[in-house]
Amino acid sequence: MHTQEVTQDSLAVGQGTTEGNVLSVEGVSLSFGGVHALRDVSFSVKEGSITSVIGPNGAGKTSLFNSISGFYKPSAGEVRFLGESVNGVPAPERARRGMARTFQNIALFKGMTVLDNIKLGRHAHLKTNALDALFYMGRARREEMELRAEIEERIIDFLEIDHIRKQSVAALSYGLQKRVELARALAMQPKILLLDEPVAGMNREETEDMARFILDVREEWGVTVLMVEHDMGLVMDLSDHVVCLNFGQMITQGLPKEVQAHPDVISAYLGSGDVAALRRQFKEGKGA
Amino acid sequence: MIDWLFFSEIGLAGLGTGGLYALTALGFVLIYKATRVINMAMGEILMLGAYVFMGFTASTLLPIWLSILLAIACTGLIGGVIERVIIRPMLGESEISVFMVTIGLGSVLVGLVELIWGANPQRLIEFIPKEPIFIGEAYLSSKIGYAFVTAAIVLAVFLAIFRTWRGGVALRATAGDQAAAYSMGINVPMVFSSVWVISAMIAAGAGILVGSIGGISPEMGVYGLSVLVVVIVGGLDSLLGALIAGLMVGLIETYAGAYLGGEYKLLATFSLLVLVLILRPYGLFGTHEIERL
Repeated sequence: MHTQEVTQDSLAVGQGTTEGNVLSVEGVSLSFGGVHALRDVSFSVKEGSITSVIGPNGAGKTSLFNSISGFYKPSAGEVRFLGESVNGVPAPERARRGMARTFQNIALFKGMTVLDNIKLGRHAHLKTNALDALFYMGRARREEMELRAEIEERIIDFLEIDHIRKQSVAALSYGLQKRVELARALAMQPKILLLDEPVAGMNREETEDMARFILDVREEWGVTVLMVEHDMGLVMDLSDHVVCLNFGQMITQGLPKEVQAHPDVISAYLGSGDVAALRRQFKEGKGA
Repeated sequence: MIDWLFFSEIGLAGLGTGGLYALTALGFVLIYKATRVINMAMGEILMLGAYVFMGFTASTLLPIWLSILLAIACTGLIGGVIERVIIRPMLGESEISVFMVTIGLGSVLVGLVELIWGANPQRLIEFIPKEPIFIGEAYLSSKIGYAFVTAAIVLAVFLAIFRTWRGGVALRATAGDQAAAYSMGINVPMVFSSVWVISAMIAAGAGILVGSIGGISPEMGVYGLSVLVVVIVGGLDSLLGALIAGLMVGLIETYAGAYLGGEYKLLATFSLLVLVLILRPYGLFGTHEIERL
């Protein structure tokens, strides 16, 4: 609850300071063989904000996400999380420190129920070992169970998935699977939530539900959100800050309105009728 | 007329054999479940475990129980090294490549054992009590009886721990989706190493039991083929399937041997394999998404 206040403060602190930034990406580059997936990308995510990364297909958005969450090792640059560099910190440890992510292609544990999937989100925070599991049946265990149950109830109620909690995830609709993935990420008690295309492939109604959940996650839980999304309507409605990538480079960043109106962003998305501009773009493309 | 006493004696022997199959199959399934690697060297690791045990008993004055523990620990260590040095670099390669690598690994292990201990069959030290066991009137060879009891205890403890322990959850999650597990704070590489260590330890235990029943030789790894039948019948990724199919194959094999003659043993088990694959292509308890090789 106090996070709300912190959010207000941090918004007032202004840009560039480490305080108030949950995450900052500083000059990150990543290449596979000769292909530069990311080149010198820098931006930061303020505490309590919703920040979106946009860009055409192949712009490097998912590569960026994988670099942030520790799946890829950037060849240069630094990712700072909660004021500390997390370069060299493996993904599971980043998860424990409060980075939760969802995947572009849903990555749920198939064959498990919705509830089991969500419980697994808490895995990183549990500390029991084999002997504990067999012999540790006392009060402390019960308390822990209650706490866990409470959190799970809260998440399940919040995301309105109570009716499917006992069902196997494999049988659920696409939209519901995405929602379960979000629930699992929330169960990790994240400081930042990385959402990779949260509404991709969803219909209007499902998209609107998801948009409401993302806003509520920020409002009610005080969780900072960084998302990659193609749905421009959603990005413009939800985001406090937008970062636009193209060919692995950052074109611009700023308020949604500014980014939307930026000529490079328009040409990256729509191409350009202007022959000179096209030629210029072609040259740049070749240079890359 | 059926001689019921004979029938039940054969049944007991079959369960004994099946218990060992189930135990080895457990190691096989663990590796497949977590890493999606079909470990064709399982039989050879089992053989190696038996030889390491023989090494400890032959060259030192250690008590038997300590030799057993040391052999299991050593083989586990070797399993971990194999994972780290040979299997881990293959991560991301096609499943068929990793499959081939494990076949090669099997040959290397056979060669290694022949270099160190020679190619001739050998006998393990006698450490299982010799008095036969009678269940009712039915006679059971003590070796098979004790082997079954040991296998059953190991399996039971294992399954119990696995249901409740966090590591079991980590394994199930890794089996479900590696990327998701990794992002969920589960140390997936650690899970990979652990299953190879645990599987190698299980194989070593099974190897010592199998070897003390029938002697050991570098060709003993062929045992792995029977176990392959077991895991395919049970479903490659099902612990329960390994258990049930192990007992089933053990029973059928022994009955076929007793009533039809020894040469029909393989015919019977492989017929079972064909039948199961026709009716349930993913095994009795397998998940329906296993990729075909």
